[in-house]
Amino acid sequence: MDIFVQQLINGLVLGSIYALVALGYTMVYGILELINFAHGEVTMIGAMVALAVIGALMGVAPDLPGIVIVLGGVLVAVPVCMLLGFGIERLAYRPLRNAPRLAPLITAIGLSIVLQNVAMLIWGRQYIAFPPLLPQGSHEVLGAHISTLQLFIVALSVLVMLGLWFVVQKTRLGRAMRATAQSREVAALMGVNVNSVIATTFVIGSALAALAGVMVSAYYGLAHYYMGFLLGLKAFSAAVLGGIGNIAGAMLGGLLLGVIEALGAGYIGDLTGGFLGSNYQDVFAFFILILVLVFRPSGLLGERVASRA
Amino acid sequence: MRIVDFLRARPRLALLLLAILLAVLPFLVGAGLGKSWVRVLDFALLYVMLALGLNIVVGYAGLLDLGYVAFYALGAYLYAWLASPHFGLHLPFWAVLPLGALLAGVFGVLLGAPTLRLRGDYLAIVTLGFGEIIRIFMNNLDAPINITNGPQGMNLIDPIAFGGFALSKTHKFFGIGVSNAHLYYYLFLAFVLALIFVAMRLQDSRIGRAWAAIREDEVAASAMGIDTRNVKLLAFAMGATFGGLAGGLFSAFQGFISPESFGLMESIMILCMIVLGGMGHIPGVILGAVLLTVLPEALRYVGDWQRALIGRVAVDPADLRMLLFGCALILMMLFRPEGLWPSRQRKRELHAADEVAEQESASVYDARG
Repeated sequence: MDIFVQQLINGLVLGSIYALVALGYTMVYGILELINFAHGEVTMIGAMVALAVIGALMGVAPDLPGIVIVLGGVLVAVPVCMLLGFGIERLAYRPLRNAPRLAPLITAIGLSIVLQNVAMLIWGRQYIAFPPLLPQGSHEVLGAHISTLQLFIVALSVLVMLGLWFVVQKTRLGRAMRATAQSREVAALMGVNVNSVIATTFVIGSALAALAGVMVSAYYGLAHYYMGFLLGLKAFSAAVLGGIGNIAGAMLGGLLLGVIEALGAGYIGDLTGGFLGSNYQDVFAFFILILVLVFRPSGLLGERVASRA
Repeated sequence: MRIVDFLRARPRLALLLLAILLAVLPFLVGAGLGKSWVRVLDFALLYVMLALGLNIVVGYAGLLDLGYVAFYALGAYLYAWLASPHFGLHLPFWAVLPLGALLAGVFGVLLGAPTLRLRGDYLAIVTLGFGEIIRIFMNNLDAPINITNGPQGMNLIDPIAFGGFALSKTHKFFGIGVSNAHLYYYLFLAFVLALIFVAMRLQDSRIGRAWAAIREDEVAASAMGIDTRNVKLLAFAMGATFGGLAGGLFSAFQGFISPESFGLMESIMILCMIVLGGMGHIPGVILGAVLLTVLPEALRYVGDWQRALIGRVAVDPADLRMLLFGCALILMMLFRPEGLWPSRQRKRELHAADEVAEQESASVYDARG
């Protein structure tokens, strides 16, 4: 039972990070019907930039409290990623908005390779450690441990998601985004500046990705130029699980995927009689993705049935 | 250009010259650039096979497959299981290669069946995931039962042998020593020619036209009575079969395989080949495959240049390779989406679409300006 609760907690923490990344996929997909393959890489760049700033701050002002240093890293990483998201949309997607479907997919893959390799050239191939700046304490819940960092990650994710929900549902910008998602042409006729709405969507998604990148590297204590790939894939699976294009769906899908992964990794050894071990953790996301696509392509919360065209 | 026109008027002569060139190429390359370049040629031919296979999926049917290398891996591992000391099996290649192609084809159907009725983007991401799943399994299936030997990979794989004539050794013909790299060159060349023939016949067949119709407009194609799902599935399985075959040949040629050879970057590279060369156009695809196999090898010299210019190797050429591929993908899509050597039809289609799009955007988006 303790293990169950513990894995549940770990899953929820990981899941809230997935949810943040999944939001970026789902918002872009909702508006452009395009999978932004480079989104995982934005997460990675966020983590790397934050770590670089944290390293520099520790060198310059070692007496600052740890939280302030980490905050400094985040405050640089988020704008950098927003700029990156803006640039990605401008360079790789906007010129191809009316091209055959395959074209933007291929530029997206190209971009993600370029970002990965640029990161590798700048920061090297080795893993970069996240310095132990954040509070290390841990609390007991139902016989399981939850660390302060884990609590913090969940709390911040929930806050950010509430903020996003507010923006999308209650503001003028959100209404423009929803209108653009329904029909770009009609929205344009109603006076919505479609191009700037799309750019804003990329920028918001990238800001969330930067936050998620810092969280995931703080959680595992590591960052690596390749970390965005798997994280991006899983977050995309989460977005599809929840119903791609649906913001609440991305949140639900992320949390569910995190829990499934953690429980799966914890119990797969017992279930298969020791044949498969927890090193298959990364496989769950894909199996879930395929299962969802077979049985409920619109996802858990998706109202629109995925187009068969 | 005069030579080109001269040869274009005499296709038989051109074909004869090409055949002679292909026949003596390994000896020319071996004498001119060194023996290691003959192996590069062999790899170029393997990649031509892979690119031809992926071209059926991406170029003909317009389905983006990002896990193509998984089929390559399946073919390679099946060959290794059935013809190496790992399980003590030593079946002959003519039995194993078709089995590998078949296995890859079956997996292609298994993977394609659930996803092909959905939009193309889903296929891209599912195939991407599938490629990773296969790699994770290859990496981890060494315990509790040792099936794949994990990250160490499998070695001592049997070479291709005709009776007692093994291609892994140097043989003497008329007093000239012919090395294994040369022998495999001719074997691979034969396979490439066969696959080109199959791909050409497929393209011109009823199925090939159905693929083109689906690529251009799936709704219209299904309205014309094409069973889009099955026809797409066929493209997917056919591409997978090519991959499985190439995998078996790779396994036999290399004598050693490990999961490292089947990463995502390999899939991306094959995709790059057909995008760069010209999607859906066989000569273009071959050009792309040869270019992208040979160029990275040539890129090794960049290290020497750096040493000569600034005294040290600042950027490892191997690191530069993927960066250049990524840039090539983006730039090609933005400026020359039809590829370096496109078919005439494809080029027209792409540029016609541009004109329509320009008109559309002019009429829709500028209305509010």
